[in-house]
Amino acid sequence: MIEIDGISKSFGAVRALDGVGFEAKDGRITGLLGPNGAGKSTCLRILSTVLEADRGTARVGGIDLKSSPLAARRVLGVLPHSSGLYQQLTGRENIEYYGRLHGLGEEPLAARVDALIERLDLGAIANRKAKGFSQGERTKIALARALVHDPQHLLLDEPTSGLDVMATRHLRDWLRELRAQGRCVLLSSHVMQEVEALVDELVIIAAGRVTLTGSPSELRQRFPGHSLEEMFVEAVRGTEQTAA
Amino acid sequence: MSALLTVCRKEIIETLRERRTLFSLLLGPLFGPILFTVLINVMVSRNLSSQDEVLEVPTLGAEHAPNLIAFLRARSIQPLEKHEIANVEDAAALVATGVYDVVLVIDDAFDKDFGTDHAARVALVFDRSKNRAASRVSRVRGAVEGYGQQIGTLRLVANGVDPSLLRPLVVDELDVSTPASRSALMLGVLTYFLLFATLTGGLHLAIDTTAGERERKSLEPLLTLPVPRASLIVGKMTATVCYMLASLALTLVAFTIALKQMPLEQIGMSSTFGFATAAVAFLLLAPFAPLGAALMTTVASFTKTYREAQTYLTFVLLIPTLPLAFATMLNIEPERKLMWIPSLSQHLLVTTLIKDQPLTPAFVALSIGSTLAFGALLGWLAVRLYRREAILG
Repeated sequence: MIEIDGISKSFGAVRALDGVGFEAKDGRITGLLGPNGAGKSTCLRILSTVLEADRGTARVGGIDLKSSPLAARRVLGVLPHSSGLYQQLTGRENIEYYGRLHGLGEEPLAARVDALIERLDLGAIANRKAKGFSQGERTKIALARALVHDPQHLLLDEPTSGLDVMATRHLRDWLRELRAQGRCVLLSSHVMQEVEALVDELVIIAAGRVTLTGSPSELRQRFPGHSLEEMFVEAVRGTEQTAA
Repeated sequence: MSALLTVCRKEIIETLRERRTLFSLLLGPLFGPILFTVLINVMVSRNLSSQDEVLEVPTLGAEHAPNLIAFLRARSIQPLEKHEIANVEDAAALVATGVYDVVLVIDDAFDKDFGTDHAARVALVFDRSKNRAASRVSRVRGAVEGYGQQIGTLRLVANGVDPSLLRPLVVDELDVSTPASRSALMLGVLTYFLLFATLTGGLHLAIDTTAGERERKSLEPLLTLPVPRASLIVGKMTATVCYMLASLALTLVAFTIALKQMPLEQIGMSSTFGFATAAVAFLLLAPFAPLGAALMTTVASFTKTYREAQTYLTFVLLIPTLPLAFATMLNIEPERKLMWIPSLSQHLLVTTLIKDQPLTPAFVALSIGSTLAFGALLGWLAVRLYRREAILG
């Protein structure tokens, strides 16, 4: 369970987030949707504790991020936008490095990494240096790396960007499986179709504010005759008018 | 603590797999001794040539002073009478352009004046800015003056005057420099190479672990791990220190081997530089590694890309040369109040060591303590910088 309430964040004179609040429940995939520059990445970065909010509270699994960021990181798996791997390490070593930094012992780590390699079908690249990986291979290893400590919560920033059709499908299957295991998955996207196909809950964010929340079916009921894309456009336009 | 070691181990392994790291690690150990060998061999060959070789000196007006010419010949100076020089202006031009090091011009009135009360005149044309020619010029000058003195003495004796009347004061020179201390000037350059090699050994890692990691976008996921940022950056700096110490050790070994091959004795130098000395030098220089690692990491933390960091760190490599340049110019001796200055204190202590003089324990303690303290201060600064949100870029 991820709960954030009244989160604001400014970079100099630019207000990136202005009182953002929403919940992402366990066993659900929550989609953070918005145009470029809406504040999606800032929001996820605050949740992954690399940034600190100016105001507001954020809790992950009941742990307050501000007071105990290290404890929160133990229950969080994070796949930031364009996650880089270590070029001179093999796929497996990249995953193991994160496992060790999570404090896993060598034996449980080896078992866990084997399981991830098998589930994500990484056998072919596990023992190759990350130097020559394709975007899809990089994302897979980065995802395995983010899951190495078996986190209850998963944050993914635009996980499908740069992936081809097959890789995108595999990623969706994998996210659905994580949902079925009762995990809390929060992902960001600016691609409407992707969100529609995958998420249980939508949080539409524009100009640093939440403009619309609800499940896709709920939203369709509230705005009969509108496609999700039309709702999205409406929601974004509304904030642009108030901003102007 | 275990996270720190995990980070350190990973950085060491990853870096070891990169070719450019190995290059920077071997740069100091190879470049320093090779340059040093060339330098010493040039010095040796120049010194030898100026003492034993027959020195050919183009001479104008040799026919006016046959006795002087004979005197010079007896001292292995061969006056050349066949040359293209017609007058003093020619001689000046040819010396200025470097064709000749020194030209002897005997005045046309030499033989006329020689027998009279006038002083006979001889001119030496040379270029004082050419250090290479200095020893040849002084040889010729010494020989010509020696001839004048001999003639003067003979004349006094012929007139019944004791020649010692003209020498009320005799200066006896007592040079107390030992071969080891004469070689120290040369070997003082060595400390710079050692400090330089120490820095270059960690250069790549200092950049790669900060600016490089940010550029490759692997920093953000790293910062989401349940590890304090201080552990991450200190782990990275520890790995950097390991490479710096490895580079220092390699360079010392390379120098020790190279110095053993050098004809130091031939130029009146003796070096006591053996593996035992190298080991002590390592202990004296090692505290500089954490300081250099923290300095390079701090500077690299300000930069956005690998390339930008490289540009700034090139200047950092020059920092240890500043105190050394002053020390060499001002001929500074080890003093207590200088021992707190990093790089200068290492230079003074290693120079003392090479001169085969006793090391003052208080100086050593002060140098090590102060260098480590500066290192800790800069390390703290690097940790502070790493905690900023702006580190994500």
